[in-house]
Parts: sequence; C-alpha cells; structure tokens
Amino acid sequence: MSTTLLLIQILNGLQFGLILFLVAAGLTLVFGVMDFINLAHGVQYMVGAYLAAAFSAMFGSFVLGLAAALPTALVIGLVLELLVFRHLYARSHLDQVLATFGVIVFLTEAARMIWGVEPLSIDVPAALSGSIEIADGVLYPVYRVAIIAAGLGVGLLLYVVVNHTRLGMLIRAGASNAPMVSALGVDIRLLFTFVFGFGAMLAGFAGAMVAPILSVEPSMGDTVVILAFVVIVIGGIGSIRGTFLAALLVGLVDTLGRFVAPALLKLVLDPAAASQTGRAIAPMLVYILMAATLFVRPAGLFPARR
Amino acid sequence: MKQMSTMRFGLAAAVSLAVACAAEAQEKVKVGLVLSLSGPPAALGVQAKNGFELALKDLGGKLGGREAEVFVVDDELKPDVAVTKVKALIDRDKVDFIVGPIFSNVLGAIVKPVTDSKVFLVSPNAGSSTLAGRGCNPFYFSTSYQNDQVHQVSGHVAQARGYKKTYLVAPNYQAGKDAISGFKRDYKGEVVEESYVPLNTLDFQSEISKIASMKPDAIYAFLPGGMGVNFIKQYKQAGLADRIPVLSAFTVDESTLPAQGEAALGMFSGSNWAPDLDTAQNKRFVAGYLAAYNAVPASYAFHAYDAALLIDSAVKATKGDVADKQALRTAMLKADFTSLRGDFKFSQNGFPIQDFYLTKVGKRPDGKFETQISEKVFSNYADPYAKDCAATN
Repeated sequence: MSTTLLLIQILNGLQFGLILFLVAAGLTLVFGVMDFINLAHGVQYMVGAYLAAAFSAMFGSFVLGLAAALPTALVIGLVLELLVFRHLYARSHLDQVLATFGVIVFLTEAARMIWGVEPLSIDVPAALSGSIEIADGVLYPVYRVAIIAAGLGVGLLLYVVVNHTRLGMLIRAGASNAPMVSALGVDIRLLFTFVFGFGAMLAGFAGAMVAPILSVEPSMGDTVVILAFVVIVIGGIGSIRGTFLAALLVGLVDTLGRFVAPALLKLVLDPAAASQTGRAIAPMLVYILMAATLFVRPAGLFPARR
Repeated sequence: MKQMSTMRFGLAAAVSLAVACAAEAQEKVKVGLVLSLSGPPAALGVQAKNGFELALKDLGGKLGGREAEVFVVDDELKPDVAVTKVKALIDRDKVDFIVGPIFSNVLGAIVKPVTDSKVFLVSPNAGSSTLAGRGCNPFYFSTSYQNDQVHQVSGHVAQARGYKKTYLVAPNYQAGKDAISGFKRDYKGEVVEESYVPLNTLDFQSEISKIASMKPDAIYAFLPGGMGVNFIKQYKQAGLADRIPVLSAFTVDESTLPAQGEAALGMFSGSNWAPDLDTAQNKRFVAGYLAAYNAVPASYAFHAYDAALLIDSAVKATKGDVADKQALRTAMLKADFTSLRGDFKFSQNGFPIQDFYLTKVGKRPDGKFETQISEKVFSNYADPYAKDCAATN
C-alpha cells in the first residue's frame, strides 16, 4: 500500500463526503427545524440530476444547464412543500414517512415516464475534463477536484448564512424551539417553506454535480438518502457543523474502509480469508460507526441545543 | 336470434367430443415474460421485452400457428418477488411458457417453481452453471449461453495476447464469482487483484485509483447495467482508457452504450453475437428493432427474439399441441428454426452449441454506438458442464 494511493483514496473519501454533505445539509435543516422526516429528499437529488442532464442537452453547455437546473429544483421543492409536505408537519413521524415514501414512488415513476428507464448521461464540461497527474502514472480527474471545491464552497456559504445572518439566527432558533420563535412574531410557516425549498435545491445541486460522473437514473437517490440519514444522525440533527464533519467522516470511512480493511486483516488472516472478510466488513463500517456514535453520544456529535 | 344461438349451442354440444382437441387448439398459446423492468437494470429487461414483442410481430402475432397471449411481469431483480409473480403466471394465467429472467439470482429462485409445474422456462440471458451440469432440467432451455462461456472468451483473449498481469473487477454476488472463475479458466497469467464491489456500486473512483497504481497490462470487468455505465465513464475520465485495455462482459453493450457514448469506444467484450453479425435474418432484425424502438438492439433483445422463434418452432412441430410436454420437449431440443446468429443447436442440457466472438465498441454510420465483431474466439463451443447432464428425452 503506497502513500500516494492512500492520499488519493483520502481525496476520493473527501469528495464522496462532500456530496453526502450537500444532500444531508438540506435534510438536517428540514428534520431539525421542522421536525419533519422527509424520505423524499433523495428524490430531489435525482430530480436535480435529471434537470441538469435535460437542460445541459437543451443549452449544449453544462454550466448553463446547472444554472437553469438550480432554480427549477428550488421551484419543484417549493411546489412539493405547498402541495404535500405542508399538510404533514403536524402529523406523526410515521404518517410523514408513509406520505413521503409515496412521493418517492410518484416522482420516480414520473421520471421514468418522462426520460425512460435507460440511464442518461452528460459529458463533463470541457474545461474540467482533464486529469492531473498526482504521481507517476496516477491521475486524478479535474472534475472531482471541482466537486471538492464546490462542496467546500457551499459548506462555507452555509456556515456564514447560518451563523452570521439574521436568517441563520432564525433557523437556529427554529431548530431549538420552533413554537417560541413563532410566539415571538416570526412567520414560521414562511421560514419553513424557505428552508424546505433551499434544502431541496442543495440536494438538486448535489445531483447535478454528480450527473457527469454517475449515470442519471430514476432510482439514483435511494441509496444516497439512506447514507444521508446516517450522516445527520451521526452529526446531530439540525446541526450544519455536525453534518459537515459527519459527512466527511462517513465518506472517508466508507472509501478507506473498502481499501484498508482487507489490508489490515491480512496481518492476522491468510490473504484469501482476509480479502473475503474485508469485503464483507467494509460496507458495514459506516453503520458500525453510527452505532458507536449513538452509544457514546446518543444525540449525535453536535446536537442542536434544545 | 335466440333460436339461432340455441341452435349453435346444440350444434356445438353435438360435436364437442369430436373436436375436443381442435377446441383446445383454438385457445391462445400463453407466454409469461419475467424480466427486470425497474431500477438500474431496467434497460436490460426492456431490451428483452422489445425483442420478444418484435419477434411476435414478425410472426404475425402467432406462435406455431396459434394466437399468442403475452403476460409481462417485472421481477424487480428480487428473487422473492419473482417467485410470487411466477406462481401467479402459472396458477392464475395458466401460461405454457415462461421467458426470463435477466439475472442469475432470479433464475435460481424461479427455476424450480416453473419446471415443477411442467412449464417450459426459456432464458434470454441468465445461464447458471448449476443448471448446466448435474442439475440440468428437461423443462429449461437457454437461447443465450452458459454464463462462464462469455467470461472465458475474455480470459482466452488475455492469454493469447500475452497479458502478464490482469486486474479483475465484478460485483460481490454469485454471478460475479462465476465471472471471475470463468475468466481464469483459460488465463494463466498473474491476477494482481480480484476485486469484488458491492452490487449496484455507483462510484468506482477508489477502484480506479487502485487500478492506476497497480498498472496491470489489462483489466477485466463484469459490471452489468448502470454499474458499467458509471465505471466506463469514470475510467475514461481518469485517463486510463488510453493506457490500460478493457476486456469485459455485459459492461459495454447496446443497453449501456447510449449513456457511455465516446467513453466506451474501443473497449472489448466477449459475446455470442453482435448487431453487425453478417446473416440476412440478423440484418433484418437489427433494422426492424431500430425502426420500432429507435435504439440498437443488445444481446438481451436478440436472445428474446430467438426465444420466440424457438417456441414458435416447437409449437409448430407439435401442430399446436402444448399439452403433450414430452413431444414439446423433443421439438424444442431440435431447435428447428433459423437463429439470428446462424448455426444453432442445443446440447442435451438445453444450452446452445454456438460460436463466440470478441467484440469491440464502434460507431455506426448513423452516429449510434454498437459492439462490432473483432474476431472469432471459439467455434461450435458447447459448455463444459453439458457432459454431466443426464436429462433424458
């Protein structure tokens, strides 16, 4: 195991973690501020990817496609909030899970009807399509570096908005005690709608960013949303800072686990058994991490103060 | 009016005994299609469904001279779901044939319920080794191949080209393990890594980094459906496509090429067919498929098309009688039809004896992508398990 390879795998882990962060950030705000479980968050990631693919094909440019996809994802998020989710805030978590699951089925099927079952694909923008030679013969795609930069940029932006603006103050207050914020004369419903639309747009942004590297297909959001829930549980529900760190942690553990676990096991087991066991253990590591975190800190790493 | 229907009824009753067989012959031949039609592998199932429906259209909506009725169900790539739906096809819809599935794990689950009910199962893709040898089944036929064979093609080519070090990647499930053992059957060089990724992995970046650092002479990939789309695109983006050649199976084919596009150009696959295979019937099939679905057919469509021809030929041979299972099996085993691939016959185990090719991804004059035959690797190749099969006529 060379140092270069380890370094590259760390980069891969960071990049995966930052995509998870973009998805989980919206989820944690919605869950934390509104106490609303939105399983359909992963579908908004899928919708973002499809919008980016469709608009890119229409304008012939990924950048324009992305620019058009973001406001559209925002609008779709707002429409869903107005039509469906708004009526569920007062209901029990089980009702919310059921209804948002229905939204998943509906939107997945809609995507299948509009764009077909075959995966769509868009090209990486020409300016970012090269790769950097990190070490002899080891290349790293520029586009992945761009994803890392975009993820860090959004993280910084969220940090500034949440911690240093009046809006952010209201969001934090809402996460701590929503009825009190409402009693103080803030239009909490408007705040909810805003937070929801913004969260949907972030998930859409994540989907749009991965569209050039992953295939765009109706069920692409399903696995991501599960990991996003793991991230917000580890990070502490409602906390952007916790989500950011947890997302990076999950990304790194997942990527490095697949790579380090078999290597470490080889020290104690014979190679065949080590690679077999390593393969079995690697996908579990993220969940083991979650269980361990919950054991030590039941409210997550950085819970929003209540 | 009433009088007339009474008269008709009387007439019918009078001759009912005499024409019992004929009455049955007027009933439709029922075929159930069990395919993966949702989720990431949906494109594969849709290809097979289109292929079968195209064949039926070309046969004038009839199988063996009798009207055909087709029931399409989605197995969701879940073995338990598939079993429930297959039982409904058999018990409620009373199908005579089932064509499917795409995936080996589904095949493993449905083969017993189907064949125990004496319904013929014709596989348009999956061909597990367990069904080819001692576990072969008189009610099971395949118009595709025994799984190992396609993988063996790449291993054979890797050996012939003198690749000293190869890196193998496949999903962590039974067919993935079969793929890697199939590749290694003829390949005697060093395998630097047998990498098993979780089924439905989407991001292969860490895998690709490992490949780049190990610098093998070639890689072998078995990553069907959406996995192949992602892997190939990311492989190209990482700049490896021009450095390390790719041998594969089910990773670059006409179901994934629309999404892979330029990234897959020049990559190799093992196959028993390609859209450019030079037979008159194949040319007609490819043109017909393009016209009907505006897409290039993949092997799934081709196998399903042949499955319809096979059923048609068998029902024709028994003069429309699907009740005599023994006669039907004998007729199926004869494979008395013109396969799109040309020469075609069955081994005793119901798997084809056929040629295998190495194919290469190329661009068609119309701008679409397809696999094109690069060289013939095996001629009239029967699978190695067939000799263990004791199925009798």
